Amino acid sequence: MLHIAKGRGLARIFSRRFATAQDRDDFRLQEYSQKYLGYRKAAFTEKLELIDSSKMAAVPIYRVTDGLGNFIDESQDPNFGKEKSVRIYETMTQLNIMDRILYDSQRQGRISFYMTNFGEEGNHVGSAAALESQDLVYGQYREVGVLMWRGFPLEQFMHQCYGNSMDIGKGKQMPVHYGSKEHNFVTISSPLTTQLPQAVGSAYAFKRQPNNDRVVCVYFGDGAASEGDAHAAFNFAATLDCPIIFFCRNNGYAISTPTSEQYAGDGIAGKGPGYGLHTIRVDGNDLFAVYNATREARRVALTNKAVIIEAMTYRLGHHSTSDDSTAYRSAEEVQTWGDKDHPIERFKSYLLRKGWWSDEREKEWQKEVRTKVLKAFGDAEKTKLAHYHELFEGVYDELPIILKKQRAELDEHLAEYGDRYPIDRCLKKD
Amino acid sequence: MALRNIALLGGRTRGVLAKRGAAHFNFQPTEAPKEYGEERTKMNLCQAVNNAMDIAMATDPSAILFGEDVAFGGVFRCSLGLKDKYGSDRVFNTPLCEQGIAGFGIGVAVAGSTAIAEIQFGDYIFPAYDQLVNEAAKYRYRSGGLFECGKLTVRATWGAVGHGALYHSQSPEANFTHTPGIKVVVPRGPTQAKGLLLSCIRDDNPAIFFEPKILYRLAAEEVPTGDFMIPLSKAETVRSGKDVTIVSWGTQVHVCLEAAQLAQEKLGVSVEVIDLQTIQPWDEEHIVQSVKKTGRLIVSHEAPKTSGFGAEIAAAIQERCFLHLESPVARSCGWDTPFPHVYEPFYLPTVWRVFDSIKKTVNF
Repeated sequence: MLHIAKGRGLARIFSRRFATAQDRDDFRLQEYSQKYLGYRKAAFTEKLELIDSSKMAAVPIYRVTDGLGNFIDESQDPNFGKEKSVRIYETMTQLNIMDRILYDSQRQGRISFYMTNFGEEGNHVGSAAALESQDLVYGQYREVGVLMWRGFPLEQFMHQCYGNSMDIGKGKQMPVHYGSKEHNFVTISSPLTTQLPQAVGSAYAFKRQPNNDRVVCVYFGDGAASEGDAHAAFNFAATLDCPIIFFCRNNGYAISTPTSEQYAGDGIAGKGPGYGLHTIRVDGNDLFAVYNATREARRVALTNKAVIIEAMTYRLGHHSTSDDSTAYRSAEEVQTWGDKDHPIERFKSYLLRKGWWSDEREKEWQKEVRTKVLKAFGDAEKTKLAHYHELFEGVYDELPIILKKQRAELDEHLAEYGDRYPIDRCLKKD
Repeated sequence: MALRNIALLGGRTRGVLAKRGAAHFNFQPTEAPKEYGEERTKMNLCQAVNNAMDIAMATDPSAILFGEDVAFGGVFRCSLGLKDKYGSDRVFNTPLCEQGIAGFGIGVAVAGSTAIAEIQFGDYIFPAYDQLVNEAAKYRYRSGGLFECGKLTVRATWGAVGHGALYHSQSPEANFTHTPGIKVVVPRGPTQAKGLLLSCIRDDNPAIFFEPKILYRLAAEEVPTGDFMIPLSKAETVRSGKDVTIVSWGTQVHVCLEAAQLAQEKLGVSVEVIDLQTIQPWDEEHIVQSVKKTGRLIVSHEAPKTSGFGAEIAAAIQERCFLHLESPVARSCGWDTPFPHVYEPFYLPTVWRVFDSIKKTVNF
């Protein structure tokens, strides 16, 4: 097609029409590289070859200690020191004990529902210890160790499970849907993965603050990673250069669905580079590895580059108190995992080697924690619920007219039928 | 430019224009009350929205605007000039993903910054539905007030445009009014768009602001240039009357005004037309007072009749005003079909359908 380049003479016409094949290739490769492929090196190939991802090696699993808890490369030791190490261990074990007590209490009908964190104490505390207190955390539901590390009081866990008048969540949600503004832990919600794009938005807002020193760390599971919101979040985080860490707890199961039925690619880490995320896969039961990886991820995120960490671990417990996992996996599988790779055991061996812990201390500590947990639990159980008017609060910033009317309608109903309702479980109006 | 007055034209021209390009209504400008500001300038609805966002961003350094194609000015030009004025960190394109836009917007708001999230067509708001109804609407309630996303405003285009068919014409408001915790607002003209949008942005609750796209260019009037807000949850009586009350919102208000005028001329019936403005939480009291006066109510909206917001108004009003009613509450709405392309003139609740509704209501 002949273009008439006005006022530019024939040279231009000739160069456009008769540009060499090389010129044309160079032009396209430059355009593709710069505009389509994020400045990655672009090249043509004449070899017809489909990439078969099943033949590719998986992203390697970063670790610091072996299965017995011994350092492999001493240079990777983060050198916690005694105080921090003991605090890490105490947090993991306190979580474990609290989980056992609360799980049993649900079985006894004392709380309505519970989810345990068995086997994941390492990925919680390892990552939490690597974050700063001002970093904002979004969770899924199985990250109690993160909240516990940050200092959320034992009593508050209990109050939330009971949804009583001391629950800072005001009794609105099922157990384990914790949240704490003070501890920069956004309240959990049941829909999976919705927290991911939200976390990206918060990270973007932080980025805009002068001298920003906050990252956002958002936790999610292997199953949650299948939701569309994950794709949305990864893409937004990378294109908008957000200071965010995506922390995936790949524990092998989404309720009964094993990872072999959840995805066909190289896990969640395998997706990272596809979105332009800095990516690492770690041994989630190796607390040191989780810590180191999160620390490095935080450093990178603060340069406004999004990072994804996939922590490989195993869900030792049932999905929740509504689940009996023997229906889809053998007791032997669970037992073997617990025997061959428990995050608490691996870390404990380090403590013992250092002489910072002993079997005697273990006995004392277990007793101490049990007593504390049971006391907090007992107190929470005795605490009344908030007055039922609380049910109308917080829909909007102010109570709308329609809810004032509906509240009055409920009051009128209770005046006549009150004895059919658990009014005495609630506080009275003062 | 309104091409509706084809009655004045010769037969053949009338026929041609009636086929394509003619809007189904005439925009009726409103004079803004003095308290919104003395200085005014002519703006269309698109410019009014642009102006509102400009003011919002000038007065709130945390405010950011994002969505598909907003950086160059937007497919409807509502964000024209804003990126140049406020910078690309405040006005930027997101990837093409409504669930991402909504979720991201919530997170911005949770972090304490003002988020103006644009959804290019209301017809495409559904991927964001989970984020909006399960998350945004419930954020404050479920956390006992520890966290909230009140600084989120979602803007989406809305309503019939003449040729939009199924996916460029929808009025999805009723999908959201069933969810407590979000506010839903629809302006009928430029002044309302500016004042209501500023209110939504500054309101401490997540809000969805639907912008009638057919009014972007077609609706122009003198709009106060200053910073003013129109209160949410307040309906406005746009035309006073004593025989029949019509409640409507958005573009349809103008259809109803025309039907009211016809009813006066041809039937001697005095019709009161109310613009609901905020669909949720709605100004029930204002409607009740009107119906107690007239005894007759018609609700009119473009969205399909079944489970449209007219159904809620009808139920509430018959509850509140049963003994005042002289006729059943009528609803003149889109048919219960997806929004068709070539049959749009038959689908819409036109001036003639609303007029007929008035006639039937007074003759009940």
